Amino acid sequence: MNAALLRPEHRLIADWIGQGSRVLDLGCGDGAFLAELQRSKGVTGYGIEIDPDNIVACLARGVNVIQANLDEGLTGFDPESFDYVVMTQTVQAMRFPHQLIEDILRIGREGIVTFPNMGHWRCRLQFATGRMPVTRHLPNTWYETPNIHMCTIEDFEELCRAKSFAVVERATVDSQHRAKIGMQLWPNLLAEIAIYRLRAQAR
Amino acid sequence: MSASFPPDSVGLVTPQTVHFAAPLRLDSGHTLESYDLCFETYGTLNAARDNAVLICHALSGDHHAAGYHHEDDRKPGWWDNCIGPGKPLDTERFFVVCPNNLGGCGGSTGPLSVRPGSGKRYGPDFPIVTVRDWVESQARLADQLGIERWAAVMGGSLGGMQVLQWAIDFPARIRHAIVIAAAPRLSTQNIAFNEIARQAIRSDPSFHDGHYYEHDVLPEHGLKLARMVGHITYLSDDVLHSKFGRELREGKINFGFGVEFQIESYLRHQGESFVGRFDANTYLLMTRALDYFDPAQAYGGDLTQAVAGCTARFLVVSFSSDWRFSPARSREIVRALLDCDHDVSYVDIESALGHDSFLLPIPQYHQVLSTYFAGIEVAA
Repeated sequence: MNAALLRPEHRLIADWIGQGSRVLDLGCGDGAFLAELQRSKGVTGYGIEIDPDNIVACLARGVNVIQANLDEGLTGFDPESFDYVVMTQTVQAMRFPHQLIEDILRIGREGIVTFPNMGHWRCRLQFATGRMPVTRHLPNTWYETPNIHMCTIEDFEELCRAKSFAVVERATVDSQHRAKIGMQLWPNLLAEIAIYRLRAQAR
Repeated sequence: MSASFPPDSVGLVTPQTVHFAAPLRLDSGHTLESYDLCFETYGTLNAARDNAVLICHALSGDHHAAGYHHEDDRKPGWWDNCIGPGKPLDTERFFVVCPNNLGGCGGSTGPLSVRPGSGKRYGPDFPIVTVRDWVESQARLADQLGIERWAAVMGGSLGGMQVLQWAIDFPARIRHAIVIAAAPRLSTQNIAFNEIARQAIRSDPSFHDGHYYEHDVLPEHGLKLARMVGHITYLSDDVLHSKFGRELREGKINFGFGVEFQIESYLRHQGESFVGRFDANTYLLMTRALDYFDPAQAYGGDLTQAVAGCTARFLVVSFSSDWRFSPARSREIVRALLDCDHDVSYVDIESALGHDSFLLPIPQYHQVLSTYFAGIEVAA
């Protein structure tokens, strides 16, 4: 596995993760990201996954994988037991996204959350034609999509304010992982993927 | 190997026995002055001696895990679907050792053995052995075979408990711990089921306080009942329903107490076939070993403390419909390992077949095992 095969946002997240940290990857898929972090950053940690084929793929890569349903929460982990808890493109498929993020910030020093931005102009355009958006990042029709809690960047920021999640850093990119100038100016309109570094607000 | 065996079978195997003359002090305070361990091996120990895998058997298992004893055996060993050339535990790569536990009735020293110096069988006087005692005796067997460190120790149910104990007691001697359908200790309900089994045996008039050999009888009825109760708990409600439903043997109810429902006939058959191959005193000992297993006890009840010193990588496997050793119990083990930052993977296999799933060739389960074993490094 090499870094070039990782999803774009994974490459960006890898830059944020310190050498030798402890990482929990929620919805770790085939384990490619963790395997790459183990190789390049010497991280330790676990992936959480529910799909049986993905679990076998993780085992084949030598990645520690725990089969669990994220909708049942992360009660098995102690507070601050990880440096980073990463959840890429999964939050929108959760039953209670806000509770899961609270859990993430309980067990991790930092949470890294990415999601497809429903505010992107292509989505808006499809809404304008009277249809639910179907895009490269959201390829499923409304009746078979696992993504039951879609949001825009504005929506997410409002959640962060409401729940006092501290935004350490935000990156907004297109599907090629490019961060063009327009996306900095009008992220909610031009960014396809949003990547957040969060911390629990100091009380 | 005979051509009549399937190509992925280890073929004909011959059990071996090692005599241990050094006394073994048991958890109970008793000492076994000397004892035999009967075991089988499959595959070849490599020059680096780093490809040995220990298989720990469960309540009613023995050393005959794979292959055949005779050309005309109808059935192979109890875990034959998992162990053999090209199977999940590939005997082309690994050297597999499966001993019969002390107190067993498969050839290792147990209640059926003649007590040295007495000329009589141990019978009920065979001391109660614990999972720790077994692990200690298995470590001595490893010494005897020149195996300093197991590539992996694997077992299901009571076998999985031995794997956990191995990882705790001999961290330097086990690289991978594969704990299947196990629990860190029995639940109250589990102990209750065991007590019913024991009472069934002990209240059989033929039991004679365990001295039935001297009376030339067997507590057949009690052992049969014990097995029937156990068997129900090894299967799920769903699988019993789908196998037998409320099907009647004669297609009608007879207003009597004979065998009318198919499930009754099945259970009786299970009980009867067990009586022919298992010793009642061993059954009592095995259930007690199950009851007593509680590695956290020595650490103030804290399982995390108990596993803190483990260095093995763990694979923990449970089965969705297993209610005797439910997935939640496996997750207790996983949680303790996570608390210690140990390497662990956990898989809950979707299966309708209950606790018995661990013995069955469920594709997802076997794929997980194959993949895991493929990742275990051994010298060429």
